[in-house]
Amino acid sequence: MSQFAINLIFVGGSFALYIAIAIWARAGSTKEFYVAGGGVHPVMNGMATAADWMSAASFISMAGLIAAGGYANSTYLMGWTGGYVLLAMLLAPYLRKFGKFTVPEFIGDRFYSKNARFVAVACLIIASVTYVIGQMTGAGVAFSRFLEVESSTGLIIAGVIVFLYAVMGGMKGITYTQVAQYVVLIIAYTIPAVFISLQLTGNFLPPLGLFSDHIESGVPLLQKLDMVVRDLGFVDYTADVSNKLNMVLFTLSLMIGTAGLPHVIIRFFTVPKVSDARWSAGWALVFIALLYLTAPAVASMARLNLLTTIYPAGPTADAIEYAERPDWIKNWELTGLIKFEDKNNDGRIQLYNDSAAFKATADERGWNGNELTVNNDILVLANPEIANLPGWVVGLIAAGGLAAALSTAAGLLLAISSAISHDLIKGSINPDISEKGELLAARISMAVAIVVATWLGMNPPGFAAQVVALAFGIAAASIFPALMMGIFSKRVNNKGAIAGMLAGLLSTVIYIFLFLGWFFIPGTATLANTPDNWLFGISPLSFGAVGAMINFIVAFIVSSATEPPPARIQELVESVRYPKGAGSATGH
Amino acid sequence: MTEHDRNAAAYWSANLRLIIGSLIVWALVSYGFGILLRPMLSGITVGGTDIGFWFAQQGSILTFIVLIFFYAWRMNKLDEEFGLSEE
Repeated sequence: MSQFAINLIFVGGSFALYIAIAIWARAGSTKEFYVAGGGVHPVMNGMATAADWMSAASFISMAGLIAAGGYANSTYLMGWTGGYVLLAMLLAPYLRKFGKFTVPEFIGDRFYSKNARFVAVACLIIASVTYVIGQMTGAGVAFSRFLEVESSTGLIIAGVIVFLYAVMGGMKGITYTQVAQYVVLIIAYTIPAVFISLQLTGNFLPPLGLFSDHIESGVPLLQKLDMVVRDLGFVDYTADVSNKLNMVLFTLSLMIGTAGLPHVIIRFFTVPKVSDARWSAGWALVFIALLYLTAPAVASMARLNLLTTIYPAGPTADAIEYAERPDWIKNWELTGLIKFEDKNNDGRIQLYNDSAAFKATADERGWNGNELTVNNDILVLANPEIANLPGWVVGLIAAGGLAAALSTAAGLLLAISSAISHDLIKGSINPDISEKGELLAARISMAVAIVVATWLGMNPPGFAAQVVALAFGIAAASIFPALMMGIFSKRVNNKGAIAGMLAGLLSTVIYIFLFLGWFFIPGTATLANTPDNWLFGISPLSFGAVGAMINFIVAFIVSSATEPPPARIQELVESVRYPKGAGSATGH
Repeated sequence: MTEHDRNAAAYWSANLRLIIGSLIVWALVSYGFGILLRPMLSGITVGGTDIGFWFAQQGSILTFIVLIFFYAWRMNKLDEEFGLSEE
């Protein structure tokens, strides 16, 4: 059977499963559409949260980033998991107790202000729409590589599948498909990792393999990798980072951004009780950790495998001849994600760090510049081929990558559509809308959001990589502090909250635009995006944490200069703090 | 202040103490051992590298899981002790 047929069976099979779930889990009420009826078991919600949270970025890109950056990119591992500690202790149980359908609804009620609710809706939509673009483009890459269709055809297929279960089933359909998608993606991610860990270290558990000895050389894997990359002029894989302030702030931005992302928070509205929300955050992190503990092993092992493929006799001996390159390099060259240019015309592939410090060694070896560029994103997708694993593992990876992208896209689309139908239409434009009317409005907003997301996926703005930073920055600087102050302070009032959110949002967005271009239009950046220009060496991607601090400070100053919130708001804060009398999520 | 209010206030300050304690550990394993204190701990080796690298790529994630389950377990006990649990 051809590889194409195998891929088709795996991807087609997983899609058939999602459609079957969509037919089985239709939503009959707004409560089912927004919060899956409020009766999801905490372990199951943990699994759905893991799929909801782990996006194309986690599945496809993260291991590649760590492989390229080594220790320096540990920030993603700590940042994207540490946020769950904040969610479990600072947000999820209290918002579950509040018992409404959306994040802006809490902000609007707690700060007794429609304007606060509007600001929250705006932040939610900007963060979620920018995030969904990344998912759709990720799905497009997986389709074009594995199913050999145009990426736009692939996107339309993906859009139709999401449409079926998200529009029909709402949160109920999304929850059960996310559980299935989690199972698909975690199997797809771990199986190749287990084989590779066995091949390289003899340990079948990748997280243990990472800290074991490399079989061939007998030295620890990480030391072997350090030696190989050093011989090619790269920075040591385990080398320390000098700009620690930026590393701390970037990790913090990812953590509070994770905790403030609305599509993750609303998953905790679906469990029956406050205590379930706490347990569920723990289960979510267990399921997430299965991938996040495997990723650093995949990263280091794939990097070593790649370099051994290019330099079969070691990094100081001759590189492989281009004519004898393995099939996977040929396959990925077709997508343009691997590029080769024979700069010294010796017919061999020299892959090394083209730096000034390494120039003398390169000249001595007759090298005339790095000849192979490998896009970080292919690492996980090409992993089974690099390790010579059987064809069905490749098919599995294709289905897993699509599961990761589609499950996150569906969660984001639900957050967007509920903000429109519940916060804007029911909350403001037409408060007297009937239950049936609101459900229809929710379905229509979802359908429109899917069409817009698919279109954006086909015509991605040239800044797809940067927008993810924007999504995290906004969630960190505006939504997280507003929610936290709403729960932990009785003194922060409507004026303080709005001023704080706007100050956090604007400072973060302006700092990002200064370096990455105004509204991301290429060529409009005010300052070159280099560490010398950054304020105290803080990169635009790390600024969300600073924006959050600005939000807190402004909110406290403005609140203390104005009147305290009315007594009924103080009572509301009291009531979210105590689990007794939680009841289930309601719209009123 | 009624008896009920005092009870509620005691519950809330117990929760805050638990959160602060947990977040100190949260920050120590990630920002501390994983980033800022890594050079100081470089003498302690784990599987061919230093313990700071281990915390940054594995240890902090494992600690986070333990922290959340510990918090959920302690809060359930506090809910019962103060008569504030849902059933």
